[in-house]
Amino acid sequence: MAELTSKDNIVTIDAPQQLLSEPRRFDFLRALYTSPVGLAGFIIVTIVVFFAIFGTMISPFDPAENNLRARFQPPGFVNDDGATHILGTDQLGRDILSRIIAGSRVSVIVGVVAVMIAGTIGVLYGLIAGFFGGTLDAIMMRMVDALLSIPFIILVVAISGVVGAGLTTLILILGFTGWVTYARVIRGEVLKVRELEYVTAAYAIGQRRIMVMFKQILPNVISTGIILAATQVGVTILAESSLSFLGLGVKPPEITWGLMLADGRQYMGSAWWMTTFPGLAITITVLGVVFLGDWLRDVLDPNVR
Amino acid sequence: MRRYILSRLVQLVFTLFIVSLLVFFMVRLRGDPISVMAPPTFNQEQIERMREAWGFDRPLLEQYWVFLTRAVTGDFGQSIQARRPAMDLVLERLMNTYKLAAAAATLGLIIALPLGVISALKRNSFIDLLSTLLASLGTAMPSFWLGLMLILIFSVQLRILPAFGSLEPTAIIMPAVTLGVGMAARLSRLTRSSMLEVLNKDYIRTAHSKGLPRRAVVSRHALRNALIPIVTVFGLQLGWLLGGSVVVEAVFSWPGLGRLMIDSINVRDITVVQAGLFWFALSFALINLIVDLTYTIIDPRIRYE
Repeated sequence: MAELTSKDNIVTIDAPQQLLSEPRRFDFLRALYTSPVGLAGFIIVTIVVFFAIFGTMISPFDPAENNLRARFQPPGFVNDDGATHILGTDQLGRDILSRIIAGSRVSVIVGVVAVMIAGTIGVLYGLIAGFFGGTLDAIMMRMVDALLSIPFIILVVAISGVVGAGLTTLILILGFTGWVTYARVIRGEVLKVRELEYVTAAYAIGQRRIMVMFKQILPNVISTGIILAATQVGVTILAESSLSFLGLGVKPPEITWGLMLADGRQYMGSAWWMTTFPGLAITITVLGVVFLGDWLRDVLDPNVR
Repeated sequence: MRRYILSRLVQLVFTLFIVSLLVFFMVRLRGDPISVMAPPTFNQEQIERMREAWGFDRPLLEQYWVFLTRAVTGDFGQSIQARRPAMDLVLERLMNTYKLAAAAATLGLIIALPLGVISALKRNSFIDLLSTLLASLGTAMPSFWLGLMLILIFSVQLRILPAFGSLEPTAIIMPAVTLGVGMAARLSRLTRSSMLEVLNKDYIRTAHSKGLPRRAVVSRHALRNALIPIVTVFGLQLGWLLGGSVVVEAVFSWPGLGRLMIDSINVRDITVVQAGLFWFALSFALINLIVDLTYTIIDPRIRYE
């Protein structure tokens, strides 16, 4: 199936696993190297992921440690032990920089896991609806329309408010509400791909429908799913921080950027750094994800400008 | 045309039916709806009384039927907190949210259209690069953080705008900007790409060659044709604005539907949350219908059968 490259403009790449195999990896790096935006995105995302994994080792302070003699200290403050709080301290004297590093963990986990859940459900849903078509498709898509008629963030706010918050619940909620976007897009792709000649050929040599669906059609729509997933990571990270900020997401003592902003909001009159830096962390992270996603789209789907 | 509107209205009814299922089962996601709805102070006897009063001891199908037949008449039950019909509370707040969304959408358009057109006309110029950068920032920035930063600058530092509430006429400025920036970011990108596409068309060259002034070509020939995708996305963005209002209203204590939802979630006033969700869905669906009908005005070639 990997050799199949359609003459139509619709399918232009081989099965995506090829992208990860050895001969292509060189192209991958070179493509990254020649795109400043892609490179910037890649660097940002790498740093954030590095923080999420090794944060505890490089963090200058214990992110949870109170120091009541160093409360509300501005950026650059040097404490009694001679250590510098580069980004200042919060209302309990905790180091802002260390907390931002620690907060990357939740963003990465939520961004990756929730998107994987949503992507898997959405791609399968769209695949089934598009492949079988007819009444099933009509009913399935009406449900998608209905879910899309409630703005994503409102749906998530309502459900997490009702079900109760916490990291695991939040991931599940974001995963089980976020699939709708994939479903619609993937269905559209499936509708195009299933009419292609090689699909007819697969039937002609006697492949069963279910095999055609997973072996012939799925590999050719998955790159669309990957592109979408890349953009959804940013959306999901923003949703998580909004929910945590509103008190409906992750709860203390877990450290997240949204929670840090909720703290900072109480002290805006006296400690601007408490609201400024965690927000910058979110913005830069999402910017990195967006850049990387745009670049990925250009590489995977040369038809889009 | 009439048949088209009729079929769209049938679709709308189906959408609302799905939404009603969602709203109904949302409260039952954790099993017992009482565990979600009862204030934590309730004792066993009060809980039992509540269960009976709300009919939670009846069969599920019967409960849903009662819920649905009442919801159709706009009756979502009493607000537990305010002891008034939940729908009344929602309707009181609705106008404030619409007002905010309208202000933000207007602002978004005022920024996005000229910026997008100029970017397209002066492609790769300094202003194009700047607007690309701003657009990326606008999409990556969490809206609540932008709101906090505005408060920090204009309320805390400069003291020229009220940080919260809706009493002063200037109070709408910061929430509207906060909401509008995200929209401006998305729309300006789209305006740019849509304009670029149209500017390459033959009829633009014709218009130029027959000696029309550049201004006329851009505004009457190019922009009008570029508008169709812009209107589509504008409609979708309005839904996004409604969603964003939840977070932004919380930041600025703007007394709209979004803040009502958050407040109600915090005190577990579930009937209000249900009624609010329902209104968000209805508003969004109606906006999309209106957007689709607007096409016929912008592009007389489009006729709905």
